Amino acid sequence: MSRARWVAIGREPSPRLRAVLTTCSFLLPLALWALVSYVPWIWHPLMRIDSPGDVAWFKPGLLVERPAFAEENAKAVAAGGHAATGRPANPVFLPAPHEVGRAFWTAFTTPPILRGEPWLHQSLALSIKTIFWGFVISSLVGVPLGIVCGAYGPVSRLFEPVIDFVRYMPAPAFGALAVAVLGIYDAPKIAIIVLGTFFQQVLVIANTVRRHDPALVEAAQTLGARPGQLLLRVIVPSCLVDIYNDQRILLGWAWTYLIVAEVVGVSSGITFFINQQAKYRNFDNVYAAIIIIGVIGLTTDQALAFLGRQIFVWKDPRPTGIRNFFQRLFAGRDVLLFPDNDQPPTGS
Amino acid sequence: MSAPVEDFLPDYRAQSPAVADRFRRLKERPVVLDVEHLGRQFAGNDGGIVTALRDVSFRVHRREFICVIGPSGCGKSTLIRLVAGLEQPTSGRILLDGHEVHGPGPDRGMVFQGYTLFPWLTVKRNVMFGLTMKGMSLSQADSEARQWIDLVGLSRFQDSYPAQLSGGMKQRTAIARALAAQPRILLMDEPFGALDAQTRCQMQMHLMEIWRNVDVTILFITHDLDEAVLLADRILVLKAHPGEVQELIEVSVPRPRHADQFTAPEFLATRRRIDELIHPRTESAVEKLPIVRLTQVGDDVE
Ligand SMILES: Nc1ncnc2c1ncn2[C@@H]1O[C@H](COP(=O)(O)OP(=O)(O)OP(=O)(O)O)[C@@H](O)[C@H]1O
Ligand SMILES: [Mg+2]
Repeated sequence: MSRARWVAIGREPSPRLRAVLTTCSFLLPLALWALVSYVPWIWHPLMRIDSPGDVAWFKPGLLVERPAFAEENAKAVAAGGHAATGRPANPVFLPAPHEVGRAFWTAFTTPPILRGEPWLHQSLALSIKTIFWGFVISSLVGVPLGIVCGAYGPVSRLFEPVIDFVRYMPAPAFGALAVAVLGIYDAPKIAIIVLGTFFQQVLVIANTVRRHDPALVEAAQTLGARPGQLLLRVIVPSCLVDIYNDQRILLGWAWTYLIVAEVVGVSSGITFFINQQAKYRNFDNVYAAIIIIGVIGLTTDQALAFLGRQIFVWKDPRPTGIRNFFQRLFAGRDVLLFPDNDQPPTGS
Repeated sequence: MSAPVEDFLPDYRAQSPAVADRFRRLKERPVVLDVEHLGRQFAGNDGGIVTALRDVSFRVHRREFICVIGPSGCGKSTLIRLVAGLEQPTSGRILLDGHEVHGPGPDRGMVFQGYTLFPWLTVKRNVMFGLTMKGMSLSQADSEARQWIDLVGLSRFQDSYPAQLSGGMKQRTAIARALAAQPRILLMDEPFGALDAQTRCQMQMHLMEIWRNVDVTILFITHDLDEAVLLADRILVLKAHPGEVQELIEVSVPRPRHADQFTAPEFLATRRRIDELIHPRTESAVEKLPIVRLTQVGDDVE
């Protein structure tokens, strides 16, 4: 492969190369992790005791630092006893890939240590519910407000300065307040996510809408669109794809607020699980939970991207089964936002 | 153009009886657009004032095809945007059927150089846009849109999205969309400027065909002399800095027009007249550009 192809600006690599690179981008960190975990002479600052020999305080399975291990063994040998045996090991906070892999399974199947504590899937469900409601509530107000701010200058001047000011206040700072007002259970957590998302959302969406093509608005005006019609018939549809993609990014931000939100009041959800497992020093479970969050985030985002490609037919008008479904779903209505085809598309 | 050829050309004002008769009848038709002492100034970069248009007056009669031509920056786009209501004049006024224009409206359809089709709508939906804005029911708008799409020859593509169309097809959609709203006057700002020569020629013929068959008056902006003479009944020639009317030329080329007339004497005479107006002799000598020689001695291309 020529070097020029790797550094060509703005050129997408071929689909095969893209698949390879995507795989690599996951495999490389994994390989690094495996290297550190499985190759005994890389890092491994500790020794795991197999047989304690004649060292009094060694027990099988105990982790000791290498210098201490060597020192105690030297002492034991000097005293005429047996040396302890052990294997190089990493600290508990770095479990090996296979342990974390196993934890993906066991974390779901192991009952909670204390009765009444939630299972992992219950914790996850609670977290997803918190994110969902936080994001929905924020979007219900934030998206329309952002659109209106982006479309109408005076509205923007009225709302955006104060929103710009508030967004610099970290959402977690409102934690105590949220608990005082909303109690200790789910409500304050949702509130934190709303606070963390909403202000950014208004500004981001307002900016997107402000970048609409004024020529389309002018064209619509010469076709008889009245000011009231312009917003819903021209500005919103022309920005719809960008707003949708903004929402995907904002949803990612909402996840980052989840962890702080969940320690507000009574700790709950996936954060509770992580903290609890860390307390029991089950770091494989901790990693598994963190990775699960990543997997959930990535799959939702990819699913939304896929859905977007199906909904916004005009971006890539090749008919597919799902696109036809969407076209039929919107067909026959007065199409506010979506294009329709009164007959099934001809596949021209 | 060399002197001997010019001598053979008739006066551009000379009209054959048929053409003269046509103009007489044309001027008997009611005035659709009346532009009175129109002026438009912009705030310049340096705090000064740029006069884009000054004291422009002309009248357009019903079903007339009028072209506006002038050097770059003479205010052609400003003029058409003022007529469309997308800008406000600083002085003078514009009357459409006797009523003063205050803002954009469906009675003045516009076709932009950049197509400006709605990318999220199919061709048919684009054409239906103006109709549904009027509150027409979907089914009625649908059948009406089909007629306009047929007129511009895009029936096969009515369910395509703009991204799937070529430039010429996009512009035909834009024309159908503007016409579907049934404007009194169709405003076109260099609509074929971005098309290749062959497509442009096809589109010119197509536009004339449409104009013959549809009750619409056309105000057409171009910087292409041939295009102006080929299409127009009358040509409004503007001059730059500030934009003012230089002359309103009646094109003496008989109708129906076709591409063979490019070498007709009336055509050449009119074309030469506009050429003189836009590129006056005194300035036409290309300024000697201060270009330093950057090639090796002996490596000459001419
Ligand atoms: N919005 C504006 N603000 C400031 N100056 C403007 C504005 N619009 C146009 N002008 C000025 O008015 C003059 C006429 O512009 P206009 O676009 O109407 O010219 P034009 O004849 O359409 O040129 P072209 O043939 O290049 O399209 C130019 O000098 C331009 O700088
Ligand atoms: Mg222009």
